[in-house]
Amino acid sequence: MARRVNGNGNGNGHRQSPAERLAEVGEKVRGSQAWASIFRPGSIFRKGYTDSPRNRSYVVMNSLIYHLHPVKVKRHAVKVSYTLCLGGLSFFLFLLLTVTGIFLMFFYRPTTAQAWNDIQTLETSITFGLLVRNMHRWAAHLMVLSVFLHMSRVFYHGAYKPPREFNWVIGVILLTLTLLLSFTGYLLPWDQLALWAVTVGTNMMGYTPVFGSQVRFVLLGGVEIGGETLLRWYVLHVLMLPFVIVIFMAIHFWRVRKDGGISGPL
Amino acid sequence: MTEVPEHLLKRSAERRAALGAPPAAGGAPAAGGEASADDGEKIPAGLLARSQAAGAGAGAATPATTGAAATAAAASSVATAPAPVAKGPEGHTQRLLTVVKAGSIQDVKATPTDKVHVWPHLLIGEFIACLACSAFLLVFSAVVNAPFLAAANFNFTPNPSKAPWYFLGLQELLTMFHPMVAGVTIPGIGIFGLMLAPYIDKNPSSKPEDRKFAISLFTLFFMFWAVLVIIGTLFRGPGFNFTFPWRDGVFFDL
Repeated sequence: MARRVNGNGNGNGHRQSPAERLAEVGEKVRGSQAWASIFRPGSIFRKGYTDSPRNRSYVVMNSLIYHLHPVKVKRHAVKVSYTLCLGGLSFFLFLLLTVTGIFLMFFYRPTTAQAWNDIQTLETSITFGLLVRNMHRWAAHLMVLSVFLHMSRVFYHGAYKPPREFNWVIGVILLTLTLLLSFTGYLLPWDQLALWAVTVGTNMMGYTPVFGSQVRFVLLGGVEIGGETLLRWYVLHVLMLPFVIVIFMAIHFWRVRKDGGISGPL
Repeated sequence: MTEVPEHLLKRSAERRAALGAPPAAGGAPAAGGEASADDGEKIPAGLLARSQAAGAGAGAATPATTGAAATAAAASSVATAPAPVAKGPEGHTQRLLTVVKAGSIQDVKATPTDKVHVWPHLLIGEFIACLACSAFLLVFSAVVNAPFLAAANFNFTPNPSKAPWYFLGLQELLTMFHPMVAGVTIPGIGIFGLMLAPYIDKNPSSKPEDRKFAISLFTLFFMFWAVLVIIGTLFRGPGFNFTFPWRDGVFFDL
């Protein structure tokens, strides 16, 4: 390479401009074994990207996106006016809730003595604590709403009809899990709102025929709401229900593609 | 002995009839020996000669020529013949056994669908939607604080005590029905009814004009539920009695 000969560092050649040096470093990095081990053959991060149908396919095919989207979709499927983005937004809100929730977990202990104080400390003396808690709460309400509206959208489009019947059933399970996630989170601040909203909710469960009081006992970890309830609902909220909902979401997204992408135009 | 599928037997019988040949085995399910004995006579002379040549070329005794079916003969010739020796009448080393039309085994799309690349057409849209959603949440959270009331106190019941908004429809039903009906039976039937919807609704059309009943029913439930939730959140005051939010204020925390 002529540039290398000129800039060989013995003082009599051209000095490389910073841009040239940067380009050379970039080339070296892209040619290294480490880079090649990170990005699969065909990845646009190896080959560079110029707009062509082939590269457009490679963007999807050689990245994680391929787990979620095919290379091509029906033209009507990308219309915002058809889906209103509701399913995708529900998923995005779930991700946002996971991120903000992990942040909150650093500052929260699920005991009756500490829970309320931890939230107060979070709101008053932790950087971005109030903002992140607000985001977690509003995103949760928004997710319940968007999941519900997503279901209505699917119903009005008749998108639950064959071959998508089973995916509708999975969707109803996801709606139920979303409500349970929101409801279990409701108790955690351990303030008057949390305590009495959950009291009203769990009193209703006690009226389940035959084994109502047993259901209530298992859910509350006792006959009344207390420290055991708080711990139980905390584990349900941060671990068990997210674990279950992720499995059902995986099945849901997989079936969307296997059943032929999103439903056709009306 | 392989079982020959019924539709193939039928097709073969039809073909035989068209060629004026006697039906094989009277249309009965393939009685192997009988059928093959029948077939033995009908192997074309050229094929017979070829298979014999193949057998001789391989230096092995071939039972194929005497009584086996034509397919078996062809198979043995393929399996045993050295390529240059076993040539057919016109010098071919293979022959066409059957033509399977694509439509019968593949799903051939009659009309090509109009498709677009996920990148950039879908991914950019999704990215913008995510950004807009994040921006909205960030701004909203910076302006409106989540409710945080006094620490939980078992000795002081707030009046009114309300469930989260999505359960307020149920709490509203609680004022009208027995708790078992309002809290268990109705939501249970609701969830199961929703799950069963695709199995109950047998109407194959997804056009709104063909689904007036389904759409009306869903809208009815949707509105019923929305009205209950709105009444529960805004129009219920102390003692869960009916109030007007513009007169007495809102007794509700999100």
